Amino acid sequence: MSPNRRSDRPDVRRVVEAVYRIESARIIGALARLVRDVGVAEELAQDALVVALEQWPDRGVPDDPGPWLMATAKHRAIDYLRRQETYRRKLAVVGAEDGFSEETAIVDALDDHIGDDTLRLIFTACHPSLTTESQVALTLRMLGGLRTDEIARAFLTTQASVSQRILRAKKALRGVAFELPPASEAPARLSAVLGTVYLIFNEGYSATAGADWARPELAKEALRLGRVLCGLMPDAPEVHGLTALMELQASRIGARTDAEGRPVLLADQDRRRWDRLLIRRGLAALARAEELGTLGPYGLQAAIAAGHARARAFEDTDWSRIAALYRLLSHVAPSAVVELNRAVAVGMADGPAAGLELLDGLRLPGYPHLPAARGEMLERLGRTAEARAAFAEAARLTRNDAERAVFTRRASSA
Amino acid sequence: MRYVMLLEATQPQTPPPAGLMEAIMKLGEEATAAGALIDNAGLLPSAAGARITVTGGDLTVTDGPFTETKEMISYAVYEVRSKEEAVEWCSRFMKVHRDLWPEWAGSCRILQVMEF
Repeated sequence: MSPNRRSDRPDVRRVVEAVYRIESARIIGALARLVRDVGVAEELAQDALVVALEQWPDRGVPDDPGPWLMATAKHRAIDYLRRQETYRRKLAVVGAEDGFSEETAIVDALDDHIGDDTLRLIFTACHPSLTTESQVALTLRMLGGLRTDEIARAFLTTQASVSQRILRAKKALRGVAFELPPASEAPARLSAVLGTVYLIFNEGYSATAGADWARPELAKEALRLGRVLCGLMPDAPEVHGLTALMELQASRIGARTDAEGRPVLLADQDRRRWDRLLIRRGLAALARAEELGTLGPYGLQAAIAAGHARARAFEDTDWSRIAALYRLLSHVAPSAVVELNRAVAVGMADGPAAGLELLDGLRLPGYPHLPAARGEMLERLGRTAEARAAFAEAARLTRNDAERAVFTRRASSA
Repeated sequence: MRYVMLLEATQPQTPPPAGLMEAIMKLGEEATAAGALIDNAGLLPSAAGARITVTGGDLTVTDGPFTETKEMISYAVYEVRSKEEAVEWCSRFMKVHRDLWPEWAGSCRILQVMEF
């Protein structure tokens, strides 16, 4: 088949990158099963990307660019194995004999289990032997096909430091089998995977530092990973719970900043700007999680987010239900932040005095949202001077510029 | 980045080949599993629809079919990281038609959804 005519396609490089991003997880997963080393697999996949970058501008984009990349990567893997002393043993594993048929057998072996391989890849990228930072970098790199400079930009760090993290991670994974976790470890390992994805989402959704309130592209990438996980683990309730949570939170991205990029709090958001398609998907994913069993921490947070999504106006919010869901959440995943959110919900359901009472029992050193919530309750109770002091403290504690502006404004207007 | 894809075509006299629907479903599964395809549906022939026109202060409602245009066949909503990714998914979809139903001719418009 002749190459595609893509007349108005000036930048083939961008086409190569797009195809690579679509295919990277599948390619790396397939190669990792064969070469038994995700670091090597990722480098071989990168080699295939380089070949495409060299060839496509001259020869045109192949008619089937995805399979082309996969085939090229497989050939790299075969070359690599040829150079390895373990080559003979690998051949025994795939049951081949000699010559060209060996290659065929390897390639055939590679064709199975695409979904399983992607799943293995995710569990390996979030392996407990890695630091959280490395898990994040490796996940974005291998599952998202992101370049090192893109990851660095997303996390406000340098390209060199991301490269270091990835190198260290690949080294740490060298002795780690490319396998799904055994049943006894599965819950903890799944929880690590979901934790990594949600960390990426939150870094995009509520940037902890820097000038932006949110980096939507990063949040969207985490949401995409959640959707991928739903396809790979259709019967795991928390996978659907997490994806529901991200769909529902992402539905508000457009409404949570104003034209100048300043944060708009939930109470003040124009709900007509919420993304109905994401809400619908979020509610469907939540329903799926509920069907599969008891809601876990992510499912409960999704149910809380759904409570907001279902309220047509802030005043319509069923705060008693949300407070009850936070109570459940504090049982399955106790944390001071959950207690803080429960206090806010109780403050809305039963009045600011009840909320303040709960808040006053909390200790969250350095966390700006505790004084901010206290400021809110105090303001509603008419204790203006205390409210101002609380907002000023929140402004001092936050590392996010946009958030600081909001707290500072509240400190002077309360 | 979100894109809407609108497929329009002149349906040939020959019925769609048996494998077409299967191939379309398989590609749809792949695009869903990749987290890219987030909504899609087929559209009934325009005979089932209507058109409302405003011109010169007059509002007119006309029942389908609309013979002067190709039929809209389906729509899909994709969430991807670049326009090139949208073009790649759409090309795969169109290639399924090209390869399995040679008499078929159609085009798919890719439009970026405005996001705030």
